[in-house]
Amino acid sequence: MIDSALEYKTITKVVGPLIFVEKTHAVGYNEIVSLRLEDGTIKRGQVMDSSNKAVVVQVFEGTAGINRNASVKFLGDTMHLPVSGDILGRIFSGSGEPIDGGMNIIPEDKLDINGSAINPYARDSPNEFIQTGISTIDGMNTLVRGQKLPIFSSSGLPHNDIALQIARQAQVKESSGGQFAVVFAAMGITNEEAQYFMRDFERTGALKRAVIYLNLASDPAIERLITPRLALTAAEYLAFTMDLHVLVILTDITNYAEALREIGAAREEVPGRRGYPGYMYTDFAMLYERAGRIKGKKGSITQFPILTMPGDDKTHPIPDLSGYITEGQILVSRDLHRKGIYPPINVLPSLSRLMNQGIGKGKTREDHKAISDQLYAAYAEGIDLRGLVAIVGKEALSERDRLFLDFADLFEEKFVQQGRNENRDIETTLSIGWDLVSTLPETSLTRIDRKYIEKYHPKYAKKE
Amino acid sequence: MTENGRIVRVSGPVVTAEGISARMYDLVLAGNDGLMGEVIKIVGDNSVIQVYEDTSNVRPGEPVKKPWATSSVELGPGLLGQIYDGIQRPLPKLMEKMGDFIKRGVSEPGLSHTKKYHFIPSVKKGVKVSNGDTLGYVQETKYHRHYILANVDGKELSGLNEGDYTIDDPVGSYSDGMPVLMYHKWPVRTPRPYRKKMAPYEPLVTGQRIFDTFFPVAKGGTAAIPGPFGSGKTVSQHQLAKWSDSDIVVYVGCGERGNEMTEVLTEFPELQDPKTGSPLMDRTVLIANTSNMPVAAREASVYTGITFAEYFRDMGYNVSLMADSTSRWAEAMREISSRLEEMPGEEGFPAYLSARLSTFYERAGVVQTMSNKEASVTVIGAVSPPGGDFSEPVTQNTLRIVKVFWALDAKLAQRRHFPSVNWLTSYTLYTDITNEWFNKNVSPRWSESRQHFMTLLQKEAELQEIVQLVGSDALPPDEQLTLEIARMIREILLQQNAFHEVDSYCSIQRQMMLNEAIIEFENYAKEAVAKEIAVESIASMKARDLLSKARFEKNFEEELKKAMEYAKNEFASMGVKV
Repeated sequence: MIDSALEYKTITKVVGPLIFVEKTHAVGYNEIVSLRLEDGTIKRGQVMDSSNKAVVVQVFEGTAGINRNASVKFLGDTMHLPVSGDILGRIFSGSGEPIDGGMNIIPEDKLDINGSAINPYARDSPNEFIQTGISTIDGMNTLVRGQKLPIFSSSGLPHNDIALQIARQAQVKESSGGQFAVVFAAMGITNEEAQYFMRDFERTGALKRAVIYLNLASDPAIERLITPRLALTAAEYLAFTMDLHVLVILTDITNYAEALREIGAAREEVPGRRGYPGYMYTDFAMLYERAGRIKGKKGSITQFPILTMPGDDKTHPIPDLSGYITEGQILVSRDLHRKGIYPPINVLPSLSRLMNQGIGKGKTREDHKAISDQLYAAYAEGIDLRGLVAIVGKEALSERDRLFLDFADLFEEKFVQQGRNENRDIETTLSIGWDLVSTLPETSLTRIDRKYIEKYHPKYAKKE
Repeated sequence: MTENGRIVRVSGPVVTAEGISARMYDLVLAGNDGLMGEVIKIVGDNSVIQVYEDTSNVRPGEPVKKPWATSSVELGPGLLGQIYDGIQRPLPKLMEKMGDFIKRGVSEPGLSHTKKYHFIPSVKKGVKVSNGDTLGYVQETKYHRHYILANVDGKELSGLNEGDYTIDDPVGSYSDGMPVLMYHKWPVRTPRPYRKKMAPYEPLVTGQRIFDTFFPVAKGGTAAIPGPFGSGKTVSQHQLAKWSDSDIVVYVGCGERGNEMTEVLTEFPELQDPKTGSPLMDRTVLIANTSNMPVAAREASVYTGITFAEYFRDMGYNVSLMADSTSRWAEAMREISSRLEEMPGEEGFPAYLSARLSTFYERAGVVQTMSNKEASVTVIGAVSPPGGDFSEPVTQNTLRIVKVFWALDAKLAQRRHFPSVNWLTSYTLYTDITNEWFNKNVSPRWSESRQHFMTLLQKEAELQEIVQLVGSDALPPDEQLTLEIARMIREILLQQNAFHEVDSYCSIQRQMMLNEAIIEFENYAKEAVAKEIAVESIASMKARDLLSKARFEKNFEEELKKAMEYAKNEFASMGVKV
């Protein structure tokens, strides 16, 4: 039908990461393109616009070295990832080539890296509690299997440590079968950061159960657009064909968005907020929505995207659009970090939307929701009072207010603060919570049902 | 009759074709796979098509077919309880046909053409019927009669026969020989006709205190819920879909999360319709076009939803439509507009954004239907402003149209004050209508108590500014009491736990009892303060605690009475006359 062996030397224009090719046969949208440069270098790209007259190609490895003599070959299909069970334990480049010195993957299947949307009717509701051993997550922003929960962080904060601690400690309370696997996609992070992750994976033996895709800061920016897609395609294969519970760490989404903006600018698109393309929401959704569970399938995909907020600004388009798609966010705070608290997770702006489905009787404990709401409310009030104290001084506070003020400090010291290797089970987390609220007058515990107070409040629990 | 053309250009969801003489919004099948699309622009001989499915691997030169129909939905028995994508493809059927992931090129009719329904005619032979007239009905669920509506211009019936039919079987015929079917097609972008639009006159009762007591929306009215992420838009929309006293609910998940739709799908069948007690799914039609499904279909999903709503309205039902989120719809418009290389308006949105939003909200209203029934469509749209900034174009254009504004506040959400509706910035323009209705149907003191609380909350906001500077101890006792009562209003009335089995729904009678209880408490407290009792000791009364917990109790009425008895005793012991 189509002679895909045809090579064209009809490049008319090269702009940023894009090339324009004329007089081609009918080329498919999103088709993969192979480019041969004069010096023999091979680059790959993808069709972004195809018409009778010209084809626009986005080059993954950047257009450095391309001139009008480069030859272009259209490969006749969209980008596919070869997959098999052997990808576990392997390290690939950001465009999917093995870089660990191992053999090429002998594919059991070749999957379209763009994936397809999961039919909402086929989804199973995520309701299995994952214990991360971190109190601020387990107690206040509970994670469940099949959730996408990003870490909103900023430069200079220990988000990588938190992600690694979660990857290390995550477990389902009662083992409901199935093994974990980790898929790690690095987009534009530094070699040093990548080494940090790799060392930890090696040290804990997690590497055997991991698939790694590395696009480092020195690699072409455009490649970042396919790296997470490769990773998620691999994750889907592991989860829904191999029945594994896959934890996907995507870092750093901010670099991904920068690459998206670069392409948008090169195509002379009308920019949206701060120069990012108007379709960034949809583009993000194509990544984030690839988390979840499917009815009748054993495996699941849980996502931990990490993004650094430019200027610590939560309303910047990157965290903002992410927040609208993901099921909550874990916010890493510079203030807490400065106070020397690890993990510096600020629970107030953090949220897990699927928390209510994963907690309560039979999952964690019946009083979980109540105690967590009470901790939230009390901590928020304490924080407000800190602001007030700065103006009027502690003396002007009522007795009740003083207790709330102290509560906020205690909460940060006892509940938020924990060791990098400290793995708290949910019972421990909840009982720390109860110890803290017991410092407050009982009448101000309005979020907790009487029956739980009588059962779990240290004052009553001791009487028994 | 089908016309054939060819594709000349593919750019994402926008495909240009030549060789078809299309009209605007004609349905088109593009490419070898026959991907569904719609004509949105005509330039010379070229038709620009927005394709509802992924266009990867589609090439110039592939065929384009035009089956001479506008893009439309099927309206007839089988809609209730169904879940569709944005272009009315039933998702369970798609799963049967192509597995867990949505692949492309599969078309599936919106209604089952094989299932039989029992049709009972209600019009005699010889009667002249036209568009929207009732011909008979199918008992679709235990409580819902699905009225069969005519879709012809003034034709005489030559007979209708009771019996079991599929929707393709004629249930009778017109005098000119045209068969009568139980379903018809309707182009989604054309509003369905009605005889007359009327002013709204009764509230949509939602069982949510912040909405019913403070900011009610009228049946047939329009409301917007804007809020940053995490402020509880979706939970609010779900609560409204669950508890509002509508006959039919159309829920459009437009460009939102897949897991949220799963939540609706797992929860609704188990919940009871507060009006009839039957499963909630029986009165619900879901449209789920999640964020990663094609944007063109997302753009269409809102129209599909409102067309369903109008269709049920035309049967005489009070329908509400929840659209979550209209911002994603606007973004779909923006995305397609930019692919068309149109001149952008504000923030890249197309210049027709405002017009599209207003035509959509204008499809709400109380009407006299073509068959002379009174019915309504209430539209409640969630808005997701970037960065929570309400000055962006979608929020602003929406506020120009809607009558109720429920402003969600991230600060309230952070301290787990839910629903996080800000009571100072929200407003409703229906108070005249709703006050009258509540005063008549619940208690003559309804509007008075609402006004009293609003005043107190306003006063609290002013006092808080002073407290920020000097601390609450510096206030005179009566103002300290105002703060304390306002705190009670916030904790007991404004907050409501959507996940608590009892508190999730609070009937308007219960709302009034709570209102009265707080006012009674306030009156005693005022006297106590006059007798120089410290506000702090009033705040720490056992009765106050009981009062705040009564709303969680199954035997609410008893518990509330107990709390008030307790309050009387406590106040009496302070020397207050009760």
